[in-house]
Amino acid sequence: MKKIQPVIGLEVHVQLNTRSKMFCSCSRDYFNSEPNTKVCPVCLGMPGVLPVINKKAVNLTILTGLAFDCSISPISSFARKNYPYPDLVKGYQISQFEEPLCIGGKISFMLNNEISEVSLERIHLEEDTARLIHNNSTVQDSSLMDINRSGVPLMEVVSDPDMHSADQAIGYLKKLRQTLRYIDVSDADMEKGSFRCDANISVRYEGDKTLGNKVEVKNMNSFRSIHRAIETEIERQSKMLNAGEEIVQETRGFVDAKGITVSQRSKEQAHDYRYFPEPDLPPLFNSDLTISNLKTSLKELPNIKSKRFEKQYGLLSEESELLASTKQTADNFEESVKEYQKLLKNNTEIELAKTVANWYMGDIAKQLNQISPDAELQDTQVSPRHISELLQLIHKKQITVSSAKVVLEKMFNNEGTPSNIVDQEGLGQLNNTDAIIEIILNVIKNNEKAIRDYNSGKTSALGYLVGQVMKETRGRIDANEASQLLIKKISEKK
Amino acid sequence: MALSKQDIEYVAKLARIKLTSKESEELTEQLSVCLDYFEMINAIDTSNIEPTSQANNLVNVTREDVVNENMSVDDVLKNAPEHFEGFIRIPKVID
Ligand SMILES: [Zn+2]
Repeated sequence: MKKIQPVIGLEVHVQLNTRSKMFCSCSRDYFNSEPNTKVCPVCLGMPGVLPVINKKAVNLTILTGLAFDCSISPISSFARKNYPYPDLVKGYQISQFEEPLCIGGKISFMLNNEISEVSLERIHLEEDTARLIHNNSTVQDSSLMDINRSGVPLMEVVSDPDMHSADQAIGYLKKLRQTLRYIDVSDADMEKGSFRCDANISVRYEGDKTLGNKVEVKNMNSFRSIHRAIETEIERQSKMLNAGEEIVQETRGFVDAKGITVSQRSKEQAHDYRYFPEPDLPPLFNSDLTISNLKTSLKELPNIKSKRFEKQYGLLSEESELLASTKQTADNFEESVKEYQKLLKNNTEIELAKTVANWYMGDIAKQLNQISPDAELQDTQVSPRHISELLQLIHKKQITVSSAKVVLEKMFNNEGTPSNIVDQEGLGQLNNTDAIIEIILNVIKNNEKAIRDYNSGKTSALGYLVGQVMKETRGRIDANEASQLLIKKISEKK
Repeated sequence: MALSKQDIEYVAKLARIKLTSKESEELTEQLSVCLDYFEMINAIDTSNIEPTSQANNLVNVTREDVVNENMSVDDVLKNAPEHFEGFIRIPKVID
């Protein structure tokens, strides 16, 4: 049987981080607002009103284009997209058609340890629609409208049909979301609806030049459901292709609970949006100066930051990527390295960074994960400086690594600064050799069986004995030191 | 005639307007007359003229990203035929 190649293109709608709406001065913060409280004649679609373009929204779109190597159109304009649906108060949506703000470009990300590059078709700017509620139990015969979301700045990122697996699509989406958050363009939160994805999927036999009929899949609201929807749809189409059936070009909705896509027959009719230029909005001329100013303001992008981490801190590429995964994590990590370096001037940055990195990727990540998958230090009382203080206590042998883990947990429980916690809990490292030896001798005396085992060649018995010493001292002695002293004292006793 | 009855029925469908067969016929004729009239514009030679959708030569009319007062909910709902708990209530629509 000939091999099938899936072809995927993604359309992502992103709500922009502005204060006001796209074409009026209403607050765009609709999420926690009572219905119809963030509304004015413009976003209500009253006749005779005049929309005016939000400059910040234009700049954020251009910034996104620059982050993905798009070419920025010197002349850009808006158009009316006509379709009748109650979520569209005017009967048309102001969007962009022939002259989008950004054209071309690409998104690069790692996929199975290789660089994957997906080309973009365009990025354009439009307005969000009103919110409809269809299932209110009191008024089951009605739909309810909340106009608050109408007019929220919406950026659409359209990829080329350039992806071939669900994994690749998710890699693309994660890199897009990460970058949008890095450059403060959007909070890109799927749960809150500020990052929404539709997938265009077709299949063909490998080597075929023409694309198969594409199916647009909608209604996916998590990365998990996008992945599942794409795989499900590829499977459905592949079976049809192999059976020689015709794949109808249509829109299908993903039903998460059942894991299937279902034809949305009401929307089957070919779209005819009758685009025409928006007469109320003069065109935008984007000068080279405006574009180069925006380029200057572009912050360090994730891929570039990760490369710098590898070089500057001598980290592995996976480590760098992990630490640069969000801007906050990256900033916190660097801040901790800087503070740690201030405390320990005789050590090199690379030496210190390695320790800081291990803590951020290990125990700190674990603590944050217990709060939520997206939690950052900023969501806690723990500062990057506190982390450096904790590490300094280990470095100066004032606490052991195992005590430090206990202290860290207490720091996340808001029990104080590292030194305070060490004092309160009496977790200071035992450095007095006589006291340590006394504990060791006691452990040897009380564990005759383990000593016999060890002496008869069972090296695993040593681990047990070290554990007993750690238990006696509540982890206040360095495990290596305990192990060495044990070996020494046991051999003296023989 | 510039338009066929099918054209009229298609446009009516897009606009969600229900027409009787008689209305379709009448409108086909009336709209065709309008379109024929506008056909005159095609007589002008525009081969050397840049297309435009603007007559006022304005560019870059933008506003700063500032939030201003919006309408009160009561005013918003005044125009709604029906409302429910602050929402505008409309006949049920299904995706
Ligand atoms: Zn408004």
